[in-house]
Amino acid sequence: MADVKTPIISFRNFSFQYRAQKQPTLHDINLDIYPGERVLIAGPSGSGKSTLAGCVNGLNPFANAGECTGTLTVDGVDAPDSSIFELSRHVGTVLQDPDGQFIGLTVGEDIAFALENDCVPQKEMHQTTRRAAELVGVETHLDYAPHELSGGQKQRVSLAGVMVDQVNILLFDEPLANLDPATGKQAIELIDEIQQKTDTTVLIIEHRLEDVLWRNVDRIVLMNDGRILADLRPDELLSGSLLAENGIREPLYLTAMRYAGIAITPEKHPAHVDTVVLDEADTRRLRTWFRASKPCRHDPATAPLLEVRGLNFGYTKGQNTLRDISFSIGRGEMVSIVGRNGAGKSTLSKLICGFETPDSGRILLEGKDLSGENIRRRAQHIGYVMQNPNQMISKTMIFDEVALGLRGSGLSEAEIRARVEDTLKICGLHPFRNWPISALSFGQKKRVTIASVLVQGPELILLDEPTAGQDFKHYTEIMEFLRGLNAEGVTVVMITHDMHLMLEYTPRALVFCDGQLIADRSAAAVLCDPALIERAALKETSLYTLANRCGIAPAEDFVQRFIDEDREVRTHGC
Amino acid sequence: MAAKTVLNYLPRKSVIHELTGTTKLAFFLLFTFASMITYNTWVLLGLMAVSFAAFKMSHIQFREVRFMMVFMLVFLLLNNLFIFLFDPNQGTALYGTRHVLCHLFWRYDVTAEQLFYMLNISLKYFVALPVAIFFISATNPSEFAASLNSIGISYKVGYSVAIALRYIPDIQRDYHNISQAQQARGVELGKSEPFFARLKNSVSILLPLILTSLNRIDTISNAMELRGFGKNKKRTWYTRRPFARNDWVAIGLGMVLLLISLTVTIRFGRFYNPFV
Repeated sequence: MADVKTPIISFRNFSFQYRAQKQPTLHDINLDIYPGERVLIAGPSGSGKSTLAGCVNGLNPFANAGECTGTLTVDGVDAPDSSIFELSRHVGTVLQDPDGQFIGLTVGEDIAFALENDCVPQKEMHQTTRRAAELVGVETHLDYAPHELSGGQKQRVSLAGVMVDQVNILLFDEPLANLDPATGKQAIELIDEIQQKTDTTVLIIEHRLEDVLWRNVDRIVLMNDGRILADLRPDELLSGSLLAENGIREPLYLTAMRYAGIAITPEKHPAHVDTVVLDEADTRRLRTWFRASKPCRHDPATAPLLEVRGLNFGYTKGQNTLRDISFSIGRGEMVSIVGRNGAGKSTLSKLICGFETPDSGRILLEGKDLSGENIRRRAQHIGYVMQNPNQMISKTMIFDEVALGLRGSGLSEAEIRARVEDTLKICGLHPFRNWPISALSFGQKKRVTIASVLVQGPELILLDEPTAGQDFKHYTEIMEFLRGLNAEGVTVVMITHDMHLMLEYTPRALVFCDGQLIADRSAAAVLCDPALIERAALKETSLYTLANRCGIAPAEDFVQRFIDEDREVRTHGC
Repeated sequence: MAAKTVLNYLPRKSVIHELTGTTKLAFFLLFTFASMITYNTWVLLGLMAVSFAAFKMSHIQFREVRFMMVFMLVFLLLNNLFIFLFDPNQGTALYGTRHVLCHLFWRYDVTAEQLFYMLNISLKYFVALPVAIFFISATNPSEFAASLNSIGISYKVGYSVAIALRYIPDIQRDYHNISQAQQARGVELGKSEPFFARLKNSVSILLPLILTSLNRIDTISNAMELRGFGKNKKRTWYTRRPFARNDWVAIGLGMVLLLISLTVTIRFGRFYNPFV
């Protein structure tokens, strides 16, 4: 049916090379997208998927200089020969970072930004703005300032801001990157709803396949190394092995089915966990697999390293950002802290590191009260790693960066050198010690920041979103590194929105909601508790749904069984 | 997190906030000009009364703009000190008399004329400062941009200024976070550390701060371009409001004040002389 229509976006032998690069980033792209289609463009970091999107909305080559060869037609416009303004009439782009792209001071103003630039008279502008706000459901918030909105609301505003132009194509660049799991789910629902209401063509750039597939997409275009490797319906692509080969994680329920020996075919409609066809034999297979081995119980009965007792805190008087928090973390544990944005997770880490002082309650390290210790003294026991490595790195050379915290500590130059080199070895950075940091990848930079904290010799490291925005390969690289450190005896605590991370790497999870600690149990148990998931804005794992569909109980053990097997397979290879 | 800010928009319900940006800009310019042309103590005192009253009407608390006030006071003191150091006889030259109060050293005599002259200079600061502060603190940055645009300055310039003003709190927050993370890896930046170690180490905040800010700029400029910023020579404004009665009153007041200041200056000279 689709092929009788003319494509709305058409790449023909299209290549693109950034001026600053020696090699083209996109090679010989041939791709047709038809009006009203929903297309997911997936690929690992550096695969060229964002460059491809940039060519559609005109950022390439108009904002980032570069050279195009071949042809690209976008909604009847010859893209490389038009302008970013011309293309913005046809393509509405929602960027990754909902904060960074908020231009106006209020919701209304932000939505109206494109209209202002088009010199639309004020009366008409106010009407159009209201209509767009109604479309995404923020019409009651028109006077709100950005800091009064949640991440999901900001994204809605961004979407409304591009809808005012009545564009035919909507482009979402990693829409899930900065959202908590529940909000991510709502974002996908919203995109789906808007697409149906307005019949626009939707392009979604993401590497989180399972989350995008929460709602239907028509096609998945798989990219790697600047080329298109596959352009298939989800059911077809999920049946093959192309995803795994190119560093894209397939949905967990499919991996579980494969472990159970079920062959995934397009006829099984594997795109959704609720509708994937499971016949008698499949169910039996899954049950047998579940019983084949007992999930090994992780039993962290170690001596407590960090204890928090009755902690209360508010940034201003009368406001309670944290209320009566008590927990204890054992030496050598790996724990994740989860909950929606604003639940108090970051505040807790600030209190532990001594950036803020609690109103009441105590924080103990090995039984000793930390209240008298300043930030720098605590740093010798508790290391803190920020989410964005670029916010931590202040030297140009790796060695100097790692040594920075030791300077001024009274150690001799030789001692400093010895400690830095040891740390670099542990972190696998020793071969690069004389490299400039700018030559490193994001994951390696992250390692440098972890090394610069580890050099102080802390017993515990606290990481804020260690894998945010990373594809599966980099995610695995960072997390395996942290697991290695943990095996060496460093206690690791992570604040995260990533349900996979929590499930796979941390046996235990602390769940925060509105400033309170509402659960402290195994990660598998957390993600099998619908009420808790709802309250803390998490997302249930598809493994739970799969277990329920097969009548396997307790689902929690099924999830644990999967994690154990997955670990086994990934450490020893398939 | 409540970021303490140096100078930013403080939304409030007040008569001053309700004036349009253009009115505030016009008033600010008229008023500053009126205070610039005269050294007449009585005129300055009158202007200062208007200025303080307007500040009061804006409902902005003194403590909210304390940093800026203190900064300007220090500047004022320095200014006075240097006037005295460079020419202690300026007052005598202007007023034509010489009443020595006490002798300091070399050519430095404290004269009543000099003190009076410096008092007048200080008064000018107190006239202009509250108006300047409430112009920035009581004007929504977008309206600020619109008001610059309305007097013929390119909207791109106006918008850049508005965006810069808007990002001050964010950058302060970044600074705060980066500083804390640096301390948490052992860099001496805390209040209990020696001053010079802190000064030296504060460089370690600068590089990450600049990189983060450049990133912000990159994102926002992409977002703006993608939504057509810079497409046309002109643009319209979502927040621009029509002139109300109070706007005319405010501009009228500014003109009257300027007229008084001009008249007094032309008829009685720039200086009020109590010494003859």
